[in-house]
Amino acid sequence: MCGIVGLHLRDPELYPQLGRLLETMLGQVVERGPDSAGVAVYGDRRRCPEGYAAVSVLAPAHTDFGVLGVSDLLVTGAGDTTVLAAPIAPDALVAAVRTALPTATVVGSGTDLTVYKGIGSPRTLAATYDLANAQGWQGLAHTRMATESAVTPEGCHPFSVGPDQCLVHNGSFANHATIRRELQAAEHVFDSENDSEVGARFVADRLAAGEDLDKALRLLCERFDGFYTLLVTSADGFAVVRDAIACKPAIIAETDRWVAMASEFRALADLPGIADARLYEPEPERVYAWTREGVTA
Amino acid sequence: MSTDTTVLDLSTSSVRELNAELHRPAAKSYEVRHPQGAHAIAAGVDSDITVDVRGHVGYYAAGMNDGGTITVHGNAGTGVAENMMSGTVRVTGDASQSAGATAHGGLLVIEGSASMRCGISMKGVDVVVGADIGPMSAFMAQAGRLVVCGDAGADLGDSIYEARIYVRGAVASLGADCVEKEVRAEHRAELAELLAAAGLDHDPAGFRRYGSARRLYHFARGNTY
Repeated sequence: MCGIVGLHLRDPELYPQLGRLLETMLGQVVERGPDSAGVAVYGDRRRCPEGYAAVSVLAPAHTDFGVLGVSDLLVTGAGDTTVLAAPIAPDALVAAVRTALPTATVVGSGTDLTVYKGIGSPRTLAATYDLANAQGWQGLAHTRMATESAVTPEGCHPFSVGPDQCLVHNGSFANHATIRRELQAAEHVFDSENDSEVGARFVADRLAAGEDLDKALRLLCERFDGFYTLLVTSADGFAVVRDAIACKPAIIAETDRWVAMASEFRALADLPGIADARLYEPEPERVYAWTREGVTA
Repeated sequence: MSTDTTVLDLSTSSVRELNAELHRPAAKSYEVRHPQGAHAIAAGVDSDITVDVRGHVGYYAAGMNDGGTITVHGNAGTGVAENMMSGTVRVTGDASQSAGATAHGGLLVIEGSASMRCGISMKGVDVVVGADIGPMSAFMAQAGRLVVCGDAGADLGDSIYEARIYVRGAVASLGADCVEKEVRAEHRAELAELLAAAGLDHDPAGFRRYGSARRLYHFARGNTY
């Protein structure tokens, strides 16, 4: 069991409230995943200003980020995670981290995305990440009850392995070892033993090949065996898919102001305008995808 | 025992407090406000009280009901009325997966749609769904009646033992050992009773009946490898 919540805002007036809304949602899925919690926020200009790239890293305590040699570096500590931002290209900032800090693990990068991972109580972690004050146009959170790999910050969701991409997973993939070997043969490098990371690498591989989120997730359904409810986000997208058996729960709510997805309704119960939202459960093996422009599926 | 309705508000009290009251009721009628999708609301009711829940409920609402008349004015999460023994549970909106799972008796009415595995392993309950049901419904159903006024998803009645299934709309596919059967006068009569009990006025003539072909009851010699 794990808990997923995600919120894609359509109304810019809500952007300043994103973190507060997400924190309330996260609080309702704590029992589903008490081991650890991760968060992704898109467009939080406190930590990734306009024109900057952000790279989220897991680095040893007391790491000196000055060794990166990047000017105008903005460093935000949030427990096990540190968010680095600088007015350079995301690839250049990632390369600087990998070169200067080989023991650090990059857990997210892009021009819009900040990722936070940590182990322990989700409520405490939300405070550590200062989630309540986060702003932006899209975000998601995951509470983990570990099954396939150890309880570590690296094993915590979301898995962000491509620019401004995130994947969170409730369930377990059965054939992840096989697909991991195939992706490794194609020179993908893994950060953890986690089965969900394989899903994220698969999606990133498809997006890099030019597919859109909808197509990438339909291909994932063909290739992956096991149980999954997935929420996958990109620089402009928000998508949900469940396996053919669909025993891992999911509910979607939509209004003119936002699209939200959660493991259970109770996580949506306090969203503004929920009483008039269109509520439905995603059907098995059907991809539901939204972009900042509108619905594509 | 009071004849007035007692109001219980889950924004100020816990589900445990609510259920403790419903298990030793001081009143005959209850109204539950602000359910906010909480789990196990009105689970374990074992007397003929009336409970009206105003809003959406989470998992296992009205589970194990034995004699209560429980209405959810909203949607229900996984396993509404699971293992019901007797009484009536009504959901005015939609129900999530496994509605009425393993229920032995009583009547479950879902005015909207029910998702996957509606009536899984049902053991005598009557389930009436106003709209559609999801895939794998009535899986391993053993007894009772399932009435669907809309469409049924894939693999309806897979591995069904007994139980009678009536569907007014389309069936995406039938599961293993589930077959269409003739609708005789006694079936139209019981269907009319079930629809009336649910407060629906569809013509029983518009439904088709499905049930067990009884080919999975025993191992067949021919099935050896």
